[in-house]
Amino acid sequence: MSDTLRRLPPAQLAPLREHYEQVRHAGRQRGLVAAAAVLAIVLLSGWFVQADLYGLIVHSDRFFSYFERLLTLAGGDMAGHPVWTDPGEWFWGWRRWLRLLIDTLLIAYAGTLFGALAGFCCAVLSAANIVPSRTLRWVVKRCAEFCRTVPDLVFALLFVYAFGLGPLPGVMAIAIHSTGTLGKQIVEVVENIEMKPVDGVMASGSGWARMVRFAVVPQVLPGFLSYALLRFEINVRTAAVLGFVGAGGIGQELIIAIRRFYYNDVAALLVMITLTVVIIDTLSSALRRRVIGMEHSA
Amino acid sequence: MSASILREAARARLPELRAAHPHHFLALSSGRMTAISFLLGGVALLVWAVIRLELTPARFLTGLQQLGHFLTLMVPPDPGGKTTLILHGLAETLAIAFLGTLLAACLAFPVSLLAARNTTVNGIVRFASRRTLDTVRGVDTLIWALIWVGVVGLGPFAGVLAIMTSDFGTFGKMFSEAIEAADRRAQEGVVASGGAPWHRIRFGVLPQVMPVIAGQILYLFESNTRASAIIGIVGAGGIGLHLSEMIRTLEWQVVSFIILLILVVVAVIDVISGRLRAAIAGTRT
Repeated sequence: MSDTLRRLPPAQLAPLREHYEQVRHAGRQRGLVAAAAVLAIVLLSGWFVQADLYGLIVHSDRFFSYFERLLTLAGGDMAGHPVWTDPGEWFWGWRRWLRLLIDTLLIAYAGTLFGALAGFCCAVLSAANIVPSRTLRWVVKRCAEFCRTVPDLVFALLFVYAFGLGPLPGVMAIAIHSTGTLGKQIVEVVENIEMKPVDGVMASGSGWARMVRFAVVPQVLPGFLSYALLRFEINVRTAAVLGFVGAGGIGQELIIAIRRFYYNDVAALLVMITLTVVIIDTLSSALRRRVIGMEHSA
Repeated sequence: MSASILREAARARLPELRAAHPHHFLALSSGRMTAISFLLGGVALLVWAVIRLELTPARFLTGLQQLGHFLTLMVPPDPGGKTTLILHGLAETLAIAFLGTLLAACLAFPVSLLAARNTTVNGIVRFASRRTLDTVRGVDTLIWALIWVGVVGLGPFAGVLAIMTSDFGTFGKMFSEAIEAADRRAQEGVVASGGAPWHRIRFGVLPQVMPVIAGQILYLFESNTRASAIIGIVGAGGIGLHLSEMIRTLEWQVVSFIILLILVVVAVIDVISGRLRAAIAGTRT
């Protein structure tokens, strides 16, 4: 077989080879420069954050012993044994924790709901295909961007001072952040709708609000619900840590347990939070699949 | 009008039509019933939340007033003589985000190979690595930050480790999905020409997934800048430390200055990483 392959005469081959080598060489050099740049930034930032690799390696046992302490009972009849040998002792505060967990879920739910409604309004008011006013679109888009870029915990920290400790600032912080993120995601859905229903409704003489109700809402509803559910999943995680700054939910209990080194409580709370997150994720992804199915069957 | 004649004819046949197509004459179709019951359930849940969490309008309004007061105190934004401190915090935040993202990507890549269906060793390894990634991802960055503060002490290094740990889970999942989505033809080509399994991954999978992975790293770097701006609140370094301190001491002008600074930096990073991502996508297609 191989003798059927035609080889170019060396005179023609040499320049091709040379060019190939040049290209390879240039590519390699670019790679080297990029690698050197990354390495320089790594070293610079390593120096900046006072990275103590030696200390980390020497004290790496601390990381594991931390988990060991988390999972070893500190009190009760089975003290010194793994936590699962005495679940009653481990989850001693489960009634209170469950109540806080429900609070957390409700904070996430209320925040997502308010945020989804406001985000929908933002999206409808800033979509290029249904809003003619450039100024209005610009203003709404910048507002949503602001809500999205400021981290939700910063909002929570501010609101705790304005509204007082408790779930209210948590709900507000989640609602505002969700407004920003959902506003951006949904505006993309709105801008991609089929324009024929919009023209039809407008041609039959209805106003802008009716056009949105009968031409836009039916088209964007599945996408909207799917994004809102996804946001809810994320917000459950956020709501679990909002308590760190005093904005309600199970985070308050968790940060106290961590600060006061109640290792078993930390482990129990982490298990409860992680389980809840996993359950919510599963339920919501099942729901989302149905919502998306709705879109295809409609 | 012929329409009215048709209408009269249809009216005369109404009982017959009603019997033939009962579902069109229901006041509420089944789809609408489901929608309404979902809506009612949602509203009921909201009412429960409002009562249980004490989201009263009175509290809301007084809080809003208070917030308005704070907002008037925030203008004009002013570093208040703490410019170097704030800039140092900002640099620390960027360094945390950069190192955390990079370390997470390096750690997650081998695990994602094990977690992807087409490159894993066997089912048990795949299951174990997926569950590990899920568990790590289930715990929030802020909680990881608290745990690492307990291990290495207060400071930005704990922040780097926190970002690294929580992103390890995210990256592992994203990378393994990218690997599973890789085109099989290139891999089959490598195997058919006598390549070992390692060659299949090196020459069949990696060239396809590298641009995708690079894009994902840049994307997460953006969101990590925001995350590392807040982990300072629990003592893991960065600008969040100054921000929470300024809020606690009610120095509102400095607070608004720091928030604006974060907004600007995130916007700049957004632009840079957008350009880089476009360049990476451009060179490979």
